[in-house]
Amino acid sequence: MEPDRKDPREALEELTTSFTKPKKTRLWKSVFRVKHDRRDTRSRALAVVSNVFLHLHPARINRDAVRYSYTWGMGGISFYLFLVLLFTGALLMFYYHPTKIQAYRDILYLEHDVPFGRLLRNMHRWAGHLMVITVWLHMLRVLLTGSYKKPREFNWMVGVGLLAFTLLLSFTGYLLPDDQLGFWAVTVGTNMARATPLVGHEGPLGPQMGMTALNDLRFALLGGSIVDSNALLRAYIWHCIGIPVMAAVLMSVHFWRVRKDGGISGPAPVKLEREVP
Amino acid sequence: MIDWRQLREIITTPDNVPIIGLILAIAFYVWYGLRQARANDRLIREVEADPGRHRKTQPYEEGWEREVQVWPYLLRIEFLAALIVTLLLLVWSLCINAPLEDPANPGQTMNPAKAPWYFVGLQELLVYFDPWFAGVALPVLILIGLMLFPYLDASPLGSGYYTLRQRRVALGAFGAGFAIWIGAILVGTFIRGPGWVWFWPGQTWDHTRAVYETTRDLPDLIGLHNGVAKALAGFVAIVLFYAGAGRLIHWLVTRSETDRRIYRATSALQYYTFQFFAITILAGVPAKIALRLLLRVKYVLVTPWFNI
Repeated sequence: MEPDRKDPREALEELTTSFTKPKKTRLWKSVFRVKHDRRDTRSRALAVVSNVFLHLHPARINRDAVRYSYTWGMGGISFYLFLVLLFTGALLMFYYHPTKIQAYRDILYLEHDVPFGRLLRNMHRWAGHLMVITVWLHMLRVLLTGSYKKPREFNWMVGVGLLAFTLLLSFTGYLLPDDQLGFWAVTVGTNMARATPLVGHEGPLGPQMGMTALNDLRFALLGGSIVDSNALLRAYIWHCIGIPVMAAVLMSVHFWRVRKDGGISGPAPVKLEREVP
Repeated sequence: MIDWRQLREIITTPDNVPIIGLILAIAFYVWYGLRQARANDRLIREVEADPGRHRKTQPYEEGWEREVQVWPYLLRIEFLAALIVTLLLLVWSLCINAPLEDPANPGQTMNPAKAPWYFVGLQELLVYFDPWFAGVALPVLILIGLMLFPYLDASPLGSGYYTLRQRRVALGAFGAGFAIWIGAILVGTFIRGPGWVWFWPGQTWDHTRAVYETTRDLPDLIGLHNGVAKALAGFVAIVLFYAGAGRLIHWLVTRSETDRRIYRATSALQYYTFQFFAITILAGVPAKIALRLLLRVKYVLVTPWFNI
């Protein structure tokens, strides 16, 4: 007859092995499905393709494609900065109210009372500026290496969209401190909207289309005819939800297409003129 | 006399610091890219002379494996890059505070009231164009032009490696546009002072200085002041400009044998679309800037509905 109790020594051994060899436990195996052995190339490949955060990468790439001199790393750095901005931005949202009464005070509060508040705000602002620069450099690199050429034309187009979103993200954030700098920058910026052809009340053919200061494009952007509380709220929502979501969608397409269009473009062997028709 | 205090004030304005960084970064990376382009151009000549030679643009030895594992060879670079960027950002944020001015006050105009630095170029163009063009039409044209760029470049050469020789026209066109954009940002940031008046670097920003300049329209220069005649003359001037600039651009893009081959492979639709964007943005914008700065010309085309 089977004993209905375990042998204490056996039980103790089971317990100790689960501590001395945690990788043998059911818990560990359920989290990490693949055994990782750094000497085994198959295992290294699995480490990449079986990880949700890493599986954007292929398991193996062209040996020269990892060279910094070719890629400058600007696309990846832009994406990293986007993540930094999401993180610092979400933390800032805890302290910020997009209202005329509180917005400016919240910034003062962040700067003087919130632990590391000033650092947080500085990092968010400078990361935003830095992202504009890295996106431009990324575009420059892609252009210099001719990486927009067939079959990657469409992905270049998506990239131009991302460039526009990066600038708009930075611009909508400019108003949020509700200080003189942001107020006048956004006033200057949105004044251009009223000169939009057809849909601005001071633009070519705008008046003929029935546009006034109370129904044109600028009014739609500001939620009013002046930069005031509605404009602050609209800028906040575009900045924190609208544009980041659209940018994230385009980014998914952008990264997906990098893989689907055959990975990064080079460094490819040179071609000669006489070899092309 | 150089006003060093004024100069330092402009350069160390927290929001202008990124522009200094941008200039240094662009200078470095353009040099870095062109250096590889020159090396590859040498390689191309060598391969032309000796077709059996290897064509790798990177150091290469027989028997090296073609591919490497992403883990660790790529991931460690990405990790390192993230680390360096984080450090850079942390040091930057510890050293320089994000600007915060007085609370927004519609009753007190900032002078100068400048857009964020990446849009200051467009603001600078407001001097030369009406807002509907500088602020709306031109940015839209730039974005469309950029999106169409791959479809207008008919050359299959130079895909995936740095080269200057095989892609002179494409690089020249983009480079010219990029230079105008960056140039306008620099002027708007470092030159324009209160009242958007031109102050040379080192000149003191004088808030009371005003420029009284009588501007005129291009047709005025040849003595046409009547509305209809002006509009017609302006229209003719623009047509002539498109024809002349188109001719010049055609000459520029068909100078070498390589360029002529690319031109022959370009379809009519591709070519005319390219010409439209090149004339309008790369030739038209600098031409209008020159007219305004040198001849005080405000508009070329004057109509009851819009002016250019």
